[in-house]
Amino acid sequence: MSIKREPFVRISKRDGMARWKSWLIRLIAVVVSLMINAIIIYAISGLNPLLVYKEMFEGVFGTTRRMWAWIRDMMLLLCIAVGLAPAFKMRFWNIGAEGQILVGGIGAAACMIYLGSAGLPNWLLLVIMAAASLIAGAIWGMIPAVFKAQWNTNETLFTLMMNYIAIQLTSFFIPIWEHPAGSNTVGTINSVSKAGWFSPMFGQMYGLNVLIVVLLTIAMYIYLKYSKHGYEIGVVGESENTARYAAINVKKVVIRSMTLSGAICGLAGFLAVAGADHTISTDTSGGRGFIAIIVAWLAKFNTLVMVLIAAMIVFLDKGAIAIASKFQLSNDVSNILTGVILFFILGSEFFINYKLKFGFVHKEEKAK
Amino acid sequence: MKHLEYAIELRNITKRFGKVVANHNINLGLKKGEILSLLGENGSGKTTLMNMLSGIYYPDEGEIFVDGKLAEIRSPKDAFDLHIGMIHQHFKLVDVLTAAENIILGLNEKTVVDLKGVRKAVREICDRYGFVVEPDKKVYDMSVSEKQTLEIVKVLYRGADILILDEPTAVLTPQETRKLFAVMRNMRADGKSIVIITHKLHEVMEISDRVAVLRKGEYIGDIPTSETNPQQLTDMMVGRAVRLNIDRPQADEVTERLRVEHLTVTDIEGVKKLDDVSFTANAGEILGIAGIAGSGQKELLEAIAGLQQAAPESKITYIEPDGKELLMNGMKPIEIIKKGILLSFVPEDRFGMGLVGGMTITQNVMLRSYRRGKSPLLDQQFPKKLAEKIVNDLEVVTPDINRIPLRRLSGGNVQKVLVGREIEQSPTVLMTAYAVRGLDINTSYTIYNLLTEQKMKGVAVIYVGEDLDVLLELCDRILVLCAGKVSGIVDGRATTKEEVGLMMTHLGKPSEQELRESEQTDAPVHEEVKA
Repeated sequence: MSIKREPFVRISKRDGMARWKSWLIRLIAVVVSLMINAIIIYAISGLNPLLVYKEMFEGVFGTTRRMWAWIRDMMLLLCIAVGLAPAFKMRFWNIGAEGQILVGGIGAAACMIYLGSAGLPNWLLLVIMAAASLIAGAIWGMIPAVFKAQWNTNETLFTLMMNYIAIQLTSFFIPIWEHPAGSNTVGTINSVSKAGWFSPMFGQMYGLNVLIVVLLTIAMYIYLKYSKHGYEIGVVGESENTARYAAINVKKVVIRSMTLSGAICGLAGFLAVAGADHTISTDTSGGRGFIAIIVAWLAKFNTLVMVLIAAMIVFLDKGAIAIASKFQLSNDVSNILTGVILFFILGSEFFINYKLKFGFVHKEEKAK
Repeated sequence: MKHLEYAIELRNITKRFGKVVANHNINLGLKKGEILSLLGENGSGKTTLMNMLSGIYYPDEGEIFVDGKLAEIRSPKDAFDLHIGMIHQHFKLVDVLTAAENIILGLNEKTVVDLKGVRKAVREICDRYGFVVEPDKKVYDMSVSEKQTLEIVKVLYRGADILILDEPTAVLTPQETRKLFAVMRNMRADGKSIVIITHKLHEVMEISDRVAVLRKGEYIGDIPTSETNPQQLTDMMVGRAVRLNIDRPQADEVTERLRVEHLTVTDIEGVKKLDDVSFTANAGEILGIAGIAGSGQKELLEAIAGLQQAAPESKITYIEPDGKELLMNGMKPIEIIKKGILLSFVPEDRFGMGLVGGMTITQNVMLRSYRRGKSPLLDQQFPKKLAEKIVNDLEVVTPDINRIPLRRLSGGNVQKVLVGREIEQSPTVLMTAYAVRGLDINTSYTIYNLLTEQKMKGVAVIYVGEDLDVLLELCDRILVLCAGKVSGIVDGRATTKEEVGLMMTHLGKPSEQELRESEQTDAPVHEEVKA
């Protein structure tokens, strides 16, 4: 007598998976998403998908200049994601990186504008700018942390709303720093003297960007994994009560870690102003503060893995723009393509964490 | 036709969760009109097996016969239709509804709810078996024992003939347990079949007709209760001979270590959780704390550990081995450490307070000692050695101390890590809350021995426990809490279970007469039904 009705699909949590297997699943997800994208591309434009992919690749890596633009953007995104790591590891949902970047950018731009003609050596000016950005970002990160520690306010809403204050603050400074008059933009700052601009390093335009961010990434990895502070962050993130039990000052850890997080995001503002745009606008952060959240999550707050994820996301973004202009596709089409790829990568995590068991598989087992 | 003497028959039942086999090829029958004890250590698969009868799980293999007919129990509703009712360890009641409302909840009656009829039916059930349920009382006003009674009445109202009780006595005082057993006997007399899950042996001996033993998911066997004894049952349960007594040596030197005076703790809503509690804990002594769950045990330990704020009039004095006194109330945990007071604390909520589930054993072991040294970086060697020592000394079973998050380990191993870490601090005061909750017999006795060992080393041990038998065997003195107040402090060697049980529910030591009455509570109810 057999049992008739079996649930067809059963979901159960996995005990963990070999690392190569989980990466294989992610790879499969990317391949499947590329195949689905191929269908979408063909259905919408009638183009040969392979041609489109090739163009995407060329659009990003085709020339040295393009490649460096890719590196520059990747470093900026990575910097923000690294900044988010201590907050997120503490389960403090800092979605205020946008604002922290902007105030950091304002700090850097202000120093460029007011100290640009003071005749300081460029390296000193850069150090002052970096310090201003760090401090501005730190304050922006510290405010919600203090409120959280003191009155247990919701950090998600708080940091989000701080973004809008930062945007308004930027809009406030634009008419003050307007150049040329009437343009309602700040324009390129110190376009002649290039004071406060990153100078090329190792013969590369963006050498300094790479150096700063790589050092930060490694330092943060060590900080989170091997330092006492990092350990405290981990404990507070898992259970505040356990932290109190272990005589950890939870308020202090929350404020300290969020200040650090804000400071690094502020430094990203410095990179954007001094190392890339040489101007400031409300678009300086350009949504990177939110994209960096995806980077940090996908990397499970491991800053070394963030390098890979940031590289991939910037590649997708730049590639999508390249094909949009080459084939006269609308930006929406590129967004769909990027969206599909991200959806599959995020979705693949489900298959890494859970196991699906189908009814018929089970009956085979029984037959043994 | 042979089936008909069985209310339920399980044949070759197997249930797996991933790679874990929770039940393997189990054959078990429940006779009509009997009380069957299902005995086994934690994780032996008792609850899983019963959950398959109540429709929560579905067996991977095997068949279930109810009243001799093949049954398919896919949901709790199917179970109800087959007249099977389960009373879970964690009650499934809606707090803001009354008893009567809870009883009819989910019955899907088509017309207007007939609360009047329900009340009448509830009263009939109560009269028949000797329950006391007030149909209009809100659940949030009920004591644990009342909630449990309500759960039983609920399944009876729904027509259950087969009742499954999952560790019903874990939350009851001895007096309440006796009442429950009286009711169970009445139900049996009425022809109901009952399965009681428990791992308390004396209860098995007292209430059941037959005992079935599970071990590690396997069915070991069954035996009529009258033909067995606790030692034999333990051996069946554990799979080898286990010594079932706790040594209680007397320490040579007993000195005052911790003096608590007028300790009062109020929660956020202004409710007094502890009210004017005074006692001393002595070095070289195990002080037991008894009380119904939630009588202020948690607050007491946390206040001493500096995790709960105490009212200003409270005074907690620590007496150093050399006699110097230190006032510790108002101190934060970090200040206690800085003063050099070696206070160890095994909290009730392991992952909520004592440990970090997502971290490895090594990382958990360094929770107390990670501050060592001036370097901003963590010392990697010391915690690793400490973790290895604890794993070896306490026989913690783990594939790896540096890779597996603690949460993946079984409850017993997790507890060993926690207790091991706290003892490795070489404390002068060791506080434990429900240190053996969820542990198997063997591990429990390991922990009792460790505590006694600490006591003999001159540590002041405070042991908050729920099993009165153990408290009575292990502790030198027992402080009984009743609703946040000290009901009394009794000598562990001289007191009785009845005395402590009464003190848990009524403030103050009971009189001779009260004690005598408490021993007889079950008799009248029982006779009424028979008559």
